[in-house]
Parts: sequence; C-alpha cells; structure tokens
Amino acid sequence: MIAHLIAERCTNCGDCVAACPALVFDPGTLHPVIARVDACETCYHCELACTQDALFVAPETDSAAALPVAELIAAGLVGKIRRDSGWNDPADGGQLDDYRLLGPLLGAGVEIATLRYAARHA
Amino acid sequence: MTTGDADVLIIGGGMAAAWAAIAAAEAGARVMVVDKGAMGSSGGTACGGPGHWWVAPDPGLRRDAIARQTAKAEGLGDPAWMERILDLTWRHLPTIAPWYPFGSDGAGGRYVQGVRGPEYMRALRGFAVARGVTIRDHHPATELIADRDGRVIGARGIGLRDEQPWEVRAGAVVLATGGAAFRSGLIGSHACTGDGHLMAVEAGARLSGMEFSISYSLSPAWASTRTLPYTGARFYDAAGNELDIAPPRTGHRHYQSLGAAMLAGPVMADLVDAPRDLPGVLRRIQPLTVAAFERRGIDLFRDRFPVLLFGESTIRGTGGIDVRDDQCGTGVPGLYAAGDAATRELVAGASSGGGAVNSAWALSSGRIAGAAAAAEAARNGVNRDAATALGRAGLHPGDAVEAIDTGALIARAGHAIHDYDRAFWRSEANLAASADVLDADWRLIAGHGHATGRAAVELRSTAAVVATARWTVAAARERRESRGIHWRDDAREIDPVLATRLITDGLDQVRVRPLTPLRTKVAA
Repeated sequence: MIAHLIAERCTNCGDCVAACPALVFDPGTLHPVIARVDACETCYHCELACTQDALFVAPETDSAAALPVAELIAAGLVGKIRRDSGWNDPADGGQLDDYRLLGPLLGAGVEIATLRYAARHA
Repeated sequence: MTTGDADVLIIGGGMAAAWAAIAAAEAGARVMVVDKGAMGSSGGTACGGPGHWWVAPDPGLRRDAIARQTAKAEGLGDPAWMERILDLTWRHLPTIAPWYPFGSDGAGGRYVQGVRGPEYMRALRGFAVARGVTIRDHHPATELIADRDGRVIGARGIGLRDEQPWEVRAGAVVLATGGAAFRSGLIGSHACTGDGHLMAVEAGARLSGMEFSISYSLSPAWASTRTLPYTGARFYDAAGNELDIAPPRTGHRHYQSLGAAMLAGPVMADLVDAPRDLPGVLRRIQPLTVAAFERRGIDLFRDRFPVLLFGESTIRGTGGIDVRDDQCGTGVPGLYAAGDAATRELVAGASSGGGAVNSAWALSSGRIAGAAAAAEAARNGVNRDAATALGRAGLHPGDAVEAIDTGALIARAGHAIHDYDRAFWRSEANLAASADVLDADWRLIAGHGHATGRAAVELRSTAAVVATARWTVAAARERRESRGIHWRDDAREIDPVLATRLITDGLDQVRVRPLTPLRTKVAA
C-alpha cells in the first residue's frame, strides 16, 4: 500500500492522481492527498509516474507500514522502481534488452523442478 | 448527468480495450474509452509481462503450432480462429514500435513477442491517443442502454472523481472489461469483477466456458507478483521439513499438492535452486517483483519466505462472453466482446490460455471487435431516442432497499471460487454448497441493493462478482468430467460425450446447456 507522499519533493503535477487505477489520490492545493489508502492494490504505477520520486509504496498489499522517509532515501529505495525500469530513459536506452530471457528462464525453473521431483521419486 | 457520444464506445482499459480503440479509430470511427481504472495502469497486463503467441508466417510453422494448440485445447478449440490470431498478432504487435522500446533479440534484431506490462500499456495508450481516441479514466460503466428493439446504443456509469452519473450514446459498444478474478488479490485484478459479463447477460448475450477457470499463480504471501522467480522453488512446511510438491509441469497435480500443503499450514519457499542466470537479470526483467522482496529486507535468492496461490480464474482461464460470429459479436445487436471478457475457448479450448495465447487473443479480438464496431456504427449512426437502461442487480432493486455488506458478499464469492479445497477438488457436493450461498447473495443484492456515487460502483461490482461466481459454479456443476483446467474430484476422467462447449446465461435463474447436442454413448 502507498505509505509516503513526500510533500517537499512533490510539484503537484497530478500524474499520480491520473495514473492510479484505484483513484487512491485526491488532488490537493499543495500536493495530492492519499484519500483512499484501502483501495491501493500495491501496483507501483504511481511510483513509475512520479518523476520527482516523491512517493513510496510499502510492499504488503494489506499494510501501509514503512520505514521513515529519511531511512528509505538513505537506503536508495525511493524511486528505485522507476530507475530499475528505465521508465523515463530514452526509448533506445536498452532497458528491455534482457526481456527476451524471461521465457527461457521460466522454462529453466520448470525443468529444474521436474528433474528434482524425478530424482526424489527414482 | 453528463452526456457524450461516440461512434464506438469501448468499455474497459486494458490491452484488449486499447487494441479495440486503435482499430476502431483506424477504421474512421470517433472512439471513446470509458475505464473503471486508468488506461495504462488498469488490468492484468499493466502489472504483468505478456508474451504473445508468436509464429512466423511460414505455412509449415503455423500448421504445426496450430496442431499443437488444437491438441492442447482438448476438443474445444477452433483452428481457423487460431490461424487468424497468429496472423493478426504477427502483423500488428510490431506497430507499437513508436511508443514501445523493443529490446534486443540477442541476434541483432528486435525482440517483439514479449513485452513488459507497464511499458506496453503506456505504449498502447500513447498509440490510442495518437489515433484520436478520447479516453475517460475513472469512468466505470455500470449498465448498458438499448433501444426498443434491444440494440445496444450506449452505456451509463458514474465518474469516480465527481461521483456524478454519465451517459454515452454510441453506434456500437465493445465490452473489454477483463476476466473475472473475484478480488483474489492477484495483482492488477482488483477492478476485474466481471462487470462486462453481467452487462452482457443483462443485454441478452450468453457466456461460454466459465468452468475453465481453475488457474492460480504462486507469489509471496504478502503480495501477488509475477511468477518468473518461483518455477524452480523448493517448498517447506512451518517446521522446516521439505514438502514433496508435484512440479509445475504436472498441471493440476501441482496445484493440488500445493493447495493441500497450504490447507495444512503455512508453506515456505526458497529459490536456492533457481536458474543460475536469474539473479543477475531479474531486476532488469521484472523490477516490480524484486521490489516486493527488497522492500521487506528479504533476499529472495537466499531467504525462505511464505507463499500463497492467488486465483487467476478467467484471467488465465478461458471462459467469458460467448463470441457468436467471426466479428466478435455477442449475438446482441450493437454489442461486441474482446479480450479476457470474452471466451477464449476458440483459441485455447479447455486449457489455460496463459502462456501467450490469451495475449494474442486480446490483441486480435480487440482489433476484430473494434473494426466491426466501427463498421456497424457507420451503418447505424448514433441513436439519441429514448433508451432503456438494462442494468438490474445493484442498480434498480426489485424490492425494498437494504444496506448490503459488499465486503462480506465478495468474500463469500471468493471463498466459493478460490478456496483451495473447493477449487482443486471440485465435486457436486461442494459446488452445490457454493451455489446455495451464491444464490442467497444474488437474491439479496438483486432484490435490495442500491447506492449512489462511488458506493454504487462498488455495489454494482459486487453484483457482478456474485453473478459471475454463480455462472462459474453452475458451469462447473454441469461439466461432470475432468477436461483441461476443469478438474472434478468426483469425475476424474475426460468424457467424450462432453466434447462441446457449455453455454451459461440467466440472472435470477441460471441456465447451462451444451452448445451442440451431446452425442449419446455407444453401447459397449
């Protein structure tokens, strides 16, 4: 669930309000307001939309508990999803060059489980 | 009430809705999308990473792929539809290139068939906007409207921000509202409550294949993520004893053994056996999955962590609104269905449509329905005469209004559909018990449910959850055999007599019947 809206970083652009599929945010005068936290699905799309890294989503779908903002920033976790995704990188940034490995790696995991089960039941 | 009109109205905001909007606009229609969420972040695709069924246009390769898929469909697929979606997917997926940063295929070319969900949906939104599509986010449709002959001529709904009702008139309507996941917690599925299924049946359409809905994905217990890291997982009980879980390739046995273990107590997993190359690239492939662990301080390749199975029902299963013609028509004039809202039995049969076929279907059925809706709108124009509202349960109660505990109704429907003991060991006894609970909840919400503003949207979503659960249970009762992903503990074999699709409809009285007359058994 969305845990933090870091007011001093927020430019009140409204992109998180628009991006949230569950309408968790309401517009506000200085910054958006987390108005319906219980509706949050923990999808992280608001973080992707926030170019100012002013949002932090806690990882549990049923809890908004998170460390204080300063600790999260110090740990490099605020905005990390956006950076890991290359969300605002140029389109030729190559951020999806490893994506082709998804299918083969899924298959490799399935094969590992199959062989392990067969060995156990040999 | 705010009003608007369009040639084609698309209800939904996921990948099928986007492809329908793009195709309708390319056919010259003025297109409006109304989405419960926000196109770009709505639905299963936006939190996933869809691979598309992808076979080069070589006659031999296509023939072999279709033959394999036809076998997997266990008697219910249609090779002509398979050929069609392979063709449409191959031709159209590359057209997102101006909006999607395709990566390398590792051999000097582009890797096209698999796309990361958030980037894909951002691209489809950009593509639709570039084609002139009007998008109204946070505008859930709650009911269809029809003319005196029953032709669908638009929809009504409620704006989530202003909580005001709206009406849009259109020459044709496409339902692309997604599969039904019964609020299982599956990431991206919260809005997938079967709204389109309910609107379709109210309009006179019918469903098919709702029994093909036993599908789950493994995730850490605290959040549903994508499944890439877990396919090689080892499993342990609470005392740390390793569990003997049938591997993923065993299909239903895998679910049953995991489900049995989870019914007995917490199940932990570790990924010490994960493919050696995975840790180095997982963050670049699925950054959202990594975050679910990193933010809890868990090293997902070293630590043991609790896991659960999250229901995917007809998102990864195949049932949905029946497709009555080669244009994705529903049989109701003016109404089309696309994506996970529609049945995918034509291309996936009794199997899971996961692993790329459902994505190819969403793209293709979206394009087919969008183009057909544009053509119908061009013939009919926009009807502005007096209209009949078709919605009933949760909107227009038949009896005195009572407060409805929507959370309790959704929880009961979720138990009926997703509880491991019911889903992995379906039987007449447990299906009948589920039906009794769901019938009572249907009578409650249909008879007494009414609300306004956002509460009306949630009440109507609840009505759709209960309705869709009833249709699912009814179809599962009627298919007294095990076929594809539908598994009956009291009928564990395939029954050749039942090699036909099951059609479901009805509101107060649910009806299930075979699409074609059952062949009688030949006496031995």
